[in-house]
Amino acid sequence: MIPIEYYLIISAFMFVCGVVGVLTRRNAIIVFMSIELMLNSANLTLVTFSSYLGNIYGQLFVFFVMAVAAAEAAVGLAIIIAIFRNKVTMNLDEINILKW
Amino acid sequence: MLEISLFAFFGVIACVTAVMVITRRNPIISALFLVLNFAALAGLYLLLYAQFIAVVQIIVYAGAIMVLFLFVIMLLKPEADKNFFEENPKIKVASLIIGIIVFVQIGITVWNGMTKNPVMQEVNKAMEIGTVEAIGKELYTNYLLPFEAIGFVLLASTIGALILAKKKLD
Repeated sequence: MIPIEYYLIISAFMFVCGVVGVLTRRNAIIVFMSIELMLNSANLTLVTFSSYLGNIYGQLFVFFVMAVAAAEAAVGLAIIIAIFRNKVTMNLDEINILKW
Repeated sequence: MLEISLFAFFGVIACVTAVMVITRRNPIISALFLVLNFAALAGLYLLLYAQFIAVVQIIVYAGAIMVLFLFVIMLLKPEADKNFFEENPKIKVASLIIGIIVFVQIGITVWNGMTKNPVMQEVNKAMEIGTVEAIGKELYTNYLLPFEAIGFVLLASTIGALILAKKKLD
């Protein structure tokens, strides 16, 4: 019998790793992977509560989150490729054309 | 006993690989650690009796999405990042502090909430709801409209990705 806190702490740790990755890394692909990390930690929390409370809707929501994450990955990577064609860089500090 | 040792195994792998993903300089190594992280998460889902989600996690995340990532890394010039504290050390220290604060906040909330109202797992019920059968039933009855809508979202994102990745926008 594993207490529910353990799952939630693992999820929190993965989320924080994602946050730190987004804030510190400047490579666009790694920032994108950190976002996937955060999405997955949220999924772990949803599945944990779904399983412990005996409610199926958490797992259904995880299914939808996964579908949206797939769509997001496809579009985001296409944007990264389009930027790379124009500027030949993946460094986010050099992609500052929208900065005012 | 088996349950807790499996949990420790998958949990440690998930945490260590999460740290590895954000600290490695080469994006390909980060991506491979991310695959390992997703596999460990699938193991945790199985421990939570969520069979369907575990299988979908392996197929969609570790399979489809990570292959997409690796292909994009392969197409672009693989430039290694600088060392972790080499450039902008101030920003990095600040973001580490922010990360620690967020972690402590979530930890305090979880600890307070769960020690006051402990949640006990009903294993039989958890086993029942995690199966492919139960989730499929729910998806094709009560959640039919969102299910169709998510199909439309996927179609739209496919077309969007194709248009964005085209050589010339005209």
